[in-house]
Amino acid sequence: MKKVLTLLLSLALCIGLAAAAQADFAPVPKDEIKVGVIYIGDVSDKGYTYAHHQGTLYMQQQLGLRDDQIIIKTNISEDASCEAAIRECIEQGANIIFGTSFGFMDYMEELAAEYPNVIFSHCSGYKSNDTNFNNYFGRIYQARFLTGLAAGLKTKTNKIGYVAAFKLPEVDGGLDAYALGIKTVNPDAQILVKYTNTWYDPTLERQAAEALLDAGCDVIGQHQDTAMPQIAAQDRGVWSTGYNADMTEDAPKAHLTAPIWHWGVYVTAAVQQVIDGTWKPENSFMGMAEGLVDISPLSENAAPGTAEVVTEYRAKILAGEFDVFEGEIKDNEGNVVVPAGTKLDVAAITSIAWLLDNVTVD
Amino acid sequence: MIGKPFAPVRAERRTDVPLTTQILARGLAIALALLTGGLFILMLGHSPQAVYASMLTGALGSATARVEMFKLAIPLLITALGITLAFRMRFWNIGAEGQICLGAIAAAYFALYQPHWPAWLLFPAMFAAAALAGGLWGAIPAWFKARFGTNETLFTLMMNYIALYTIQFLREGPWKNPQDMGFPKIARFAKEAQLPRVLGLHAGWIAALVLLALVYVYLRYSKQGYEISVVGENENTARYAGMNVRRIILRTMFLSGAVCGVAGMLQATGADRTLTDTVAGGVGFSAITVAWLSHLHPLVMLPVSLLFAVLEKGSGFIESVFGISAAAADVLQGILLFFVLGCEFFISFRLIVARKEARHG
Repeated sequence: MKKVLTLLLSLALCIGLAAAAQADFAPVPKDEIKVGVIYIGDVSDKGYTYAHHQGTLYMQQQLGLRDDQIIIKTNISEDASCEAAIRECIEQGANIIFGTSFGFMDYMEELAAEYPNVIFSHCSGYKSNDTNFNNYFGRIYQARFLTGLAAGLKTKTNKIGYVAAFKLPEVDGGLDAYALGIKTVNPDAQILVKYTNTWYDPTLERQAAEALLDAGCDVIGQHQDTAMPQIAAQDRGVWSTGYNADMTEDAPKAHLTAPIWHWGVYVTAAVQQVIDGTWKPENSFMGMAEGLVDISPLSENAAPGTAEVVTEYRAKILAGEFDVFEGEIKDNEGNVVVPAGTKLDVAAITSIAWLLDNVTVD
Repeated sequence: MIGKPFAPVRAERRTDVPLTTQILARGLAIALALLTGGLFILMLGHSPQAVYASMLTGALGSATARVEMFKLAIPLLITALGITLAFRMRFWNIGAEGQICLGAIAAAYFALYQPHWPAWLLFPAMFAAAALAGGLWGAIPAWFKARFGTNETLFTLMMNYIALYTIQFLREGPWKNPQDMGFPKIARFAKEAQLPRVLGLHAGWIAALVLLALVYVYLRYSKQGYEISVVGENENTARYAGMNVRRIILRTMFLSGAVCGVAGMLQATGADRTLTDTVAGGVGFSAITVAWLSHLHPLVMLPVSLLFAVLEKGSGFIESVFGISAAAADVLQGILLFFVLGCEFFISFRLIVARKEARHG
């Protein structure tokens, strides 16, 4: 009997705990809320961290928060300093903490368990919990598809180079979307890829771009953090598409357009939910329709007729009529990866491990 | 003067500065440092008092802040102890970064592949492997110096890059975590392979204090410690006294690297709980400053490395409180160190301005 009672009691306790875990966060007055942001780089990098910081500033301005309500930690590496930075944010009273680099994930997961009253929101990872830890990313592939249209219309040699960071789904999925855009307007064009195995290395990025240019490519696309591939293309008198932010001022004679992030859309919504007490531990994967991703304005370097094609597909994406990964799609080994009449869902898009049939790895 | 390059100003060692003057000079240096740093803060548009105060709060103001500050001090203290062994021998071990990396790699092997071992076996194994790996890494340049007279400063420095890129190779190849969707990252160590916490701080602090005592006793009371000083003073004297100089150089550098290797193990298993290429993160270089500021005296290294950690933690804190950029916080840290290091230099050396005639004389 005693055993049964213990069992019942512990069961009740478990249910009680689970119920407590599901409980919503109380609203936080707008002039008291504090937001922590952990960046891997410096806000002046004109790339990844810059784009995130633009989002933070947008959120601050939209919600009318004071400077002392935003706690920013820059140049935080993916080691114990991440933990220290997060703890400092919590000490300074942060209600929600955004971490923008993949390697922050495990620290955020552990600290989310340690501080159940603080909300943790992680960009680009895959972990979350059901109380106070979610992840967010977005359908940047939609924007990459549009930049692929511009690249495919511009190339004369029908060889397009792509400087890629790592061989992983985020990068390969983006590359495939770019390649699909190119194929849509130019079925003869081939894409040559070089992996640099780094997100950020101005020298390596430039060298990879130069090798692709040597191979006869006359448009360079990139999944890297700096504008060096753009500059390499400009130095050879050819063209390029950027990433993260409008890179026209870095390479005014080469840049066509770039897939860009408006992180502010997500960050503003998340902080607003914390203020309202309606925040839920749900993962976020918004796209162009929500305004999270887009392309930068076409530069004067774009080929005639580009604007019309881009506008057409942009409208289709916004209307939800078209979502890039629609069958039939074959990879470069001859396999059908998306059968005719079907399209990829979020889970499939975020785990892409194939390359389109017009892509060759150099 | 033939064959000797003419130097208009040269430094000469001095030991004649009375203690009161020393204390006065140091006080003055700190005051000047705070004053110049204050001017810099004013230039940034903030109140110096407020920034200094929040540096202190950020580092000491709460239990969490203190734990994080101690966490910074642990590898600094241990590494400073490690390089002191070599520096006492006038062997310029600039390779602590690499020795830390090697220690961390060796420990990571056990954390990743043998986490099921019982704790009494696992932690000593990681400890021994880290010491051995760091020690051997340090002994390589020592062997070349003893055998061929190579320059140890360059040699140890270059070894750092090999160690660093070894971690990147492991991260992108054999030790890449398959769960991370292709992201190049080494897996988090299993809970059983993470250094336990004692009083809220990973147990590395106990190792640091034990090593402090051991290095102090070793240098001060052991025969080997005495041999190190003799070789450092003059190799020929040591040889004349019948010491095996080569063996002393090798042994000392092994120990120096071993202590640094242990710092790497504690950082990886205690603080980072994984292996990253930032495991050393400049500690190997900061520790040189700590060792010099402490005049290579082990006991002095405890307060000095704590002060360093306060400075480091505090400047991280003011970045977010005042929105000062990381670069500006580094400049402030540099200003403070510049005066203190300069003061130590002038306490130990006197500048002699050569007269014009000396050139021909």
